[in-house]
Amino acid sequence: MNDIRTIALIAGVLGLLALATAIGQFLERHPDRGLDPAAVNTFNLRLRGWWIMCTVLAAAFWLGTTATVVLFGLVSFWALREFITLTPTRKGDHRALFWVFFLFTPLHYVLVGLNRYDVFSVFLPVYATLFVLARVAFAGDYKRFLERTAKIQAGLVVCVYCLSFAPALLKIPITGATVGGNFRLLFFLILLVQFADCMQYVWSRMLGRRLVAAAVSSNRTWEGLLGSATSTALLAAVLWWAAPPFEPWQAALAGFVVALMGFAGGMTMSAIKRDRGVKDYGTLVVGHGGVLDRIDSICFAAPVFYHMTQLFAGVGSP
Amino acid sequence: MPKLALMLSPADMPPAPAAGSGTTEGPSLFCRAAGLSLAALARLLSGSSVRWIASQPDTCQRVYFANHTSHLDAIVIWSSLPQTVRELTRPVAAKDYWQRGIVRRWLAEEVFNAILIDRTDIKVHQSPIDLMLREIGATKSLIVFPEGSRSVSGEIGEFKSGLYYLARKRPEIELVPVHIDNLNRVLPRGEFLPVPLLSCISFGPPLWLERGEAKVDFLDRARRAVLALKE
Repeated sequence: MNDIRTIALIAGVLGLLALATAIGQFLERHPDRGLDPAAVNTFNLRLRGWWIMCTVLAAAFWLGTTATVVLFGLVSFWALREFITLTPTRKGDHRALFWVFFLFTPLHYVLVGLNRYDVFSVFLPVYATLFVLARVAFAGDYKRFLERTAKIQAGLVVCVYCLSFAPALLKIPITGATVGGNFRLLFFLILLVQFADCMQYVWSRMLGRRLVAAAVSSNRTWEGLLGSATSTALLAAVLWWAAPPFEPWQAALAGFVVALMGFAGGMTMSAIKRDRGVKDYGTLVVGHGGVLDRIDSICFAAPVFYHMTQLFAGVGSP
Repeated sequence: MPKLALMLSPADMPPAPAAGSGTTEGPSLFCRAAGLSLAALARLLSGSSVRWIASQPDTCQRVYFANHTSHLDAIVIWSSLPQTVRELTRPVAAKDYWQRGIVRRWLAEEVFNAILIDRTDIKVHQSPIDLMLREIGATKSLIVFPEGSRSVSGEIGEFKSGLYYLARKRPEIELVPVHIDNLNRVLPRGEFLPVPLLSCISFGPPLWLERGEAKVDFLDRARRAVLALKE
């Protein structure tokens, strides 16, 4: 039963991707259809990103839980690299950063892999934060101290801590579900986040009137936010059978919240990029894909999805 | 006395397989493997992306000159060259740093095949320029840092005159400007543990010494060629 659901979900997504790719290629070959060629190009680039994401995820799923945790660990590491590269640091931060990259990030993922929720839920927000504060103080450079430590902490929380809740989904014990069920749950989250991103764009283009914050993002509107949250809730309700512990209404609620959080993630990263004067993390260093651009929404949506799953599965409550 | 050995090598002849000594010609398989894996490690750690701006990798004789920000500079430039070019390219490094300790000396002499220059003891009749030119013969290329030492502020300092004398003695060699971005944050001065941030190596179009160009003008033009790659 579980296997039929997994196959149905994957086949459905692959079918949709194939269809979208065919349409994208058709539009690219026929620029006379009256569509904005820049939009078509963005669409095709997005599609390529999704194909890569799907391939990598499929490979990780096939290799097993540990491989998936390691994969997300590597993505976190790379995203943190982009984040810290973008934010100016001083020489006094160097040693703190070394431990952040080579001790705290890997150790956090080891704890996630061991499913020690009681430890990993406080390890980065409490102990890494205290360490960074103290290490920078020990380095003896007090200039803009709070600003500098806050940057490192924000990078750790968004790129490492929040993202790690996605692979942590694989470890939630759900009654009556196999490992395949937990994998579907992770896939469900990523699917919803990507769908919400897409819908936000579509609704903003069709009905967008009021910008949320013109200075931060010139295409994110309140209409887009509401439209995307509603559409994502609908999709989640339709696909409820794929995510083990959810009833249809619970799936819809999860979809709604995931869309809101994804939107918030996009806005937050936009604000940081605007402040640093770059368009996306990919252009910061030519030739690199810009991992952070792809995962900002997932980072924000993963923790709340994790806790909703725990709640609805009846895990973790006393 | 490796320095002495270098100086006594035949100056006028192109490098021929030196029978007997056997240490200068062709790195051993182990050293080549070490070089390859170190190059991969350096690129991984420095997350360096490589750009060739109005310029192409080539095996012709060249002098790559770059801003100096970190101890990693030479190895990262060296590793961002294609394998065929890399085998022909020798970094120029400071003897006082690279001869300290067995590991450093082995890296400099055997793996990177570096030309070590004595910064503290420059003699008129045995200038580092002559040494470099003799070492590269008619086929090898050089990686040099005309600022002389790593900049503290991150700004690109004034160029020392060595590049000018190199160009004057061998005017046909292509001088390729290289800009290194962000590597000083990966491994700043005085640190020995790297932080794996992303860096960028940009190669620019070659330039040559113009006929009758004054030293100051040439050095200024070369410095601006590096700065132009910063954008």
